Amino acid sequence: MLPDERTGHGHDVPSREHPVRVEEDLLAARHAVRAAAVAAGFSIVDQTKIVTAASELVRNAYIHGGGGTMTVGVARNPAGRLGIRLRVRDEGPGIADVDQAMTDGFSTGAGLGHGLGGTRRLVDDFHLDTAPGRGTTVTVVRWKR
Amino acid sequence: MNAGLPILRLGDILLSGLMNDLDDKTALAFTDELTTRIANEGIRGVIIDISRLEIIDSFVARVLMELAGTGRLLGTRMVVAGMRPAVALTLTELGLQLTGVRTALNAEQAMELLGWRRPTEVAEEAPHAS
Amino acid sequence: MLGTDDSQVRTVLARMLEEDRAALARDWAGQEPRDGDRSGQELRREAVALLDALRDALSGTLPVSRIADQDPAVRDALTSLSERRARAGAQPSATAMAILALKRTMLSAIERHTDDSALRYRAALLVNELLDSAGVLTFEVYCAGRERIIREQHSQMLELSTPVVRLWRHVLAVPLIGTLDSARTQVVMNSLLEAIQANEARVAIIDITGVPTVDTAVAHHLLQTVSAVRLMGAECVISGIRPSIAQTITQLGIDLSHIVTRGSLADALATAMQLLGDNGRPGAVTG
Repeated sequence: MLPDERTGHGHDVPSREHPVRVEEDLLAARHAVRAAAVAAGFSIVDQTKIVTAASELVRNAYIHGGGGTMTVGVARNPAGRLGIRLRVRDEGPGIADVDQAMTDGFSTGAGLGHGLGGTRRLVDDFHLDTAPGRGTTVTVVRWKR
Repeated sequence: MNAGLPILRLGDILLSGLMNDLDDKTALAFTDELTTRIANEGIRGVIIDISRLEIIDSFVARVLMELAGTGRLLGTRMVVAGMRPAVALTLTELGLQLTGVRTALNAEQAMELLGWRRPTEVAEEAPHAS
Repeated sequence: MLGTDDSQVRTVLARMLEEDRAALARDWAGQEPRDGDRSGQELRREAVALLDALRDALSGTLPVSRIADQDPAVRDALTSLSERRARAGAQPSATAMAILALKRTMLSAIERHTDDSALRYRAALLVNELLDSAGVLTFEVYCAGRERIIREQHSQMLELSTPVVRLWRHVLAVPLIGTLDSARTQVVMNSLLEAIQANEARVAIIDITGVPTVDTAVAHHLLQTVSAVRLMGAECVISGIRPSIAQTITQLGIDLSHIVTRGSLADALATAMQLLGDNGRPGAVTG
């Protein structure tokens, strides 16, 4: 779990924000992430992983957070490596027990009971910012292989 | 409710496929329609072709697992066919194994799995050109 | 911070870089140890490019602490300087020392330029701040270049070391040699799954004769691969489990009971033929 300083290094392409309000937004968000991954030259496997991660995070924000926003951007680390950065933010109830939410097999909503642990394995950097009553923001980066 | 996805019937087997931009409503409507037909039409096997799905997230995974479970209770074998390599890799990394779901490489092999035989069984033994 | 005085010092330094440009470049390049393939002319050209970029940046408004990292021209000059030296085989410390040598050159130029000791002092502070961050940047660039090369070689090696071979119609095998970490597992899985699709393979044999030890991490990666193969609709057989590895697996309490395992590749192939011949095959039940 890296803090944002490294993943948010100063040479990024401007990010785009997508609403997550209605069910149709889930598909639109997936398309946006797919387009960004294709543009960054991700392989099919890398595209599939980051789009799946986006799908999980956006669905969490929609179901648990009562909606929110997803920001897609291109990240570049000091070594010049390209990546896709996603930030999914909601103003929902927040997560009280972070450790539990990160464990496989835990979910309080309509998912499969996988919480955030599985999503974390699909990305290289994972940062969770949440507290009860303060909403949840998950920032992830997957670097190009 | 009709999901708008074609479901073909071949004898006592139902054959259907999921589209890439599957939304939640369509997925749930599809489950309902398939379950109803399994129960009403005495279906022995169900094949769901997923070769067009570019991703499977935990929601779609759950839909497939529930369908397999429901099918089993109704005495039907369900086979999910044609998962793409990148999807299989991602699902594994995500920690989803589609427990209890029978899989096949493609719809043809799924048919074989359900007891259908290709008429050209002899030709199949010929050397494979690749 | 020195507040409003800062802009006065910057103006003085920018003028100094303009007026003494040639002398500074000669002086700095002269401090470099010469080696065969780098002529003095080339060094001076490099020096002039950097000095010009610094002059323009100092005439601008970007804070001194951010010039090395964020001024495009300065960053470019430092990057190409560092990359060229790295290619020539220079150590990163030598490149950083070269930047520090520029500091000496500029400090003595300041002494020549002004008698005002307060101004000298402030200029010295500014030059220090500017060139320290420049030194750090050249070091970063050097490391980044190295990291890129290592990554490229690593992925080339991974691909070379995981050949998927077709043993029989519908039967594939991957002989694994060496250890199985998570990056390697991803590469193995990827090539295996693609080969399964391309060959319509029904059985994939993973031969681990060449894997020195199987600990819980390696076992986990093997299980992952088996899961992915089954999701594709094929069956997986693991072969080449030597007696010592079988013992370790048992002692560690790793459960491979739901996976077909065989001692030798030949046994595994026999099993694969059996699986192919069975009625009701192909296909797999996952989980």
